[in-house]
Amino acid sequence: MWDKFAEQKIKTIFLQYPYAADFFTLLPDVTSYRESTLREYFLGLTDEELVDSGQERAALIEQFVSFMMQMEQFKKNDDKIESITIVGGKNKKGQPENIKLMMCPGEIICIVGPTGSGKSRLLADIEWLAQKDTPTQRQILINGKVPAVNMRFAVEHKLVAQLSQNMNFIMDLTVTEFVTMHAESRMLEDASKITAKIIAKANELAGEPFSPETPVTALSGGQSRALMIADTAYLSSSPIVLIDEIENAGIDRQRALDLLIDRQKIVLMATHDPILALSGDKRLVIKNGGIYKILATTLAEHENLTVLTAWDRRLSAIRDLLRSGEAIDELPDYFAKATRKKWVAS
Amino acid sequence: MKLVTVAGPPSSGKTSVILSIIKALRKENLKLGVVKFDCLSTQDKDLYEKNQVPVKTGISGNLCPDHFFVTNIEDCIAWAASEQLDMLISESAGLCNRCSPYMRGVMAVCVIDNLSGVNSPRKIGPMLKLADVVIVTKGDIVSQAEREVFAFRVKQTNPGAVIVYINGITGQGAEEVSSLLKTAQAIETLSGYNLRFSMPAAVCSYCLGQTQVGVEYQMGSVRKIDLS
Repeated sequence: MWDKFAEQKIKTIFLQYPYAADFFTLLPDVTSYRESTLREYFLGLTDEELVDSGQERAALIEQFVSFMMQMEQFKKNDDKIESITIVGGKNKKGQPENIKLMMCPGEIICIVGPTGSGKSRLLADIEWLAQKDTPTQRQILINGKVPAVNMRFAVEHKLVAQLSQNMNFIMDLTVTEFVTMHAESRMLEDASKITAKIIAKANELAGEPFSPETPVTALSGGQSRALMIADTAYLSSSPIVLIDEIENAGIDRQRALDLLIDRQKIVLMATHDPILALSGDKRLVIKNGGIYKILATTLAEHENLTVLTAWDRRLSAIRDLLRSGEAIDELPDYFAKATRKKWVAS
Repeated sequence: MKLVTVAGPPSSGKTSVILSIIKALRKENLKLGVVKFDCLSTQDKDLYEKNQVPVKTGISGNLCPDHFFVTNIEDCIAWAASEQLDMLISESAGLCNRCSPYMRGVMAVCVIDNLSGVNSPRKIGPMLKLADVVIVTKGDIVSQAEREVFAFRVKQTNPGAVIVYINGITGQGAEEVSSLLKTAQAIETLSGYNLRFSMPAAVCSYCLGQTQVGVEYQMGSVRKIDLS
């Protein structure tokens, strides 16, 4: 690979591989060498310049080559993930899980169970592509097959993107700059187009709109969550999105889920909110560090979801009244009329 | 005995990471010890002792911490051997971002945290660039986007490294990383080993205790900023 680059002019390399410029950010100024070949530039560096930039001459070529190979790797759109399968192991008591769960893009799978029941371990198993070599002895299959060993350590193959209530933006950038930076790291050619799209989507999800020039650190909780979801939907390479405690996020939850599904993500959602839990396709019940059972959302549950959603709207209306400073001395008729009708079908 | 050198900027979570790895490896009945290098003072010794980890600390004081490291590590190995450890982990804080206590043939681990910002991988020199394993911490509190950009930049800086994540608070990820550390090379002595990168040169009048400011007191290896 070195032979391919050594005699090329630096400006030619930059034109053909724009990302190559990143390699030179740590080296002495390359701009005055644009007409030189790469070999000439490397040879022209003085020992002092190299030491100052923390480089060694002998390693320079090797580092450049592995840098370029890594970048190509990032750019390559690898084999599409069509399914991820969890083959059950055992729970903390050593009892077998006896399950095999196949998850496909566009599915919503809810995770229920008390805190400490083993949710984190399940996710860790997926992230690590466990091959019966973790305490749970679970196995993870990709497209029905055992994944290649090197996939474990490849950052470009991270399986799980996370969205949780504890996460914050820490960068001092505007929304546009922030999303552009992420798009560039994905080496997308239409970075500005996709950035605009993400910001528009995030505004649809957020309660109150925000401008592209707002610093990310100045966004409200709901706006931050909305931006994180839209950004993950479009720019994360991970096929699975884990959502934790979205219920209090102050965003349009249904639209957020729809967006992730549209973008063909596998959505794993830890929630005990009945409306969110029933809008999933399946529910994993976690107990004693193991998957205790898998419930598919039934037809009756779908119907009950409609009832629950109506009630949720009614409660929301009361919340809005509170927000606008009204008194809640009287409840609307339907609250009074609510009967003990059997609304949980089994 | 195996030796692993761990380095990383101050407060990146080195001690928490090492402790969670030790806990994971103990389950396999391996005996681990730590030697902690620091500059002024360290409370980490108490933390290790509280967890029954054999530990020694070295305070470099007014010496360059890296030079202090390399002139002491062999003695530490002798200590570790006398303690009959299966693995010795050396922990040192990179203070000038130029530090790199790594040696060829000895597993080198760099710990950096997401909170230091997406530009930090570019600012940390050989300590990150020449590591075999990069452990990224504090991933649970920044956005997914920042995590991804951070990992991308680490990979740009050190394409050959294995990048792994550990949550220093919960220890999540430690079991996975400990399986990597187990592959560290066994050593008996470091005699004849080479540093992966030269250490910062520092032989000027101030290294020798000069306190007065002014041109006439600047002697030895002195360099000026280009302000033109």
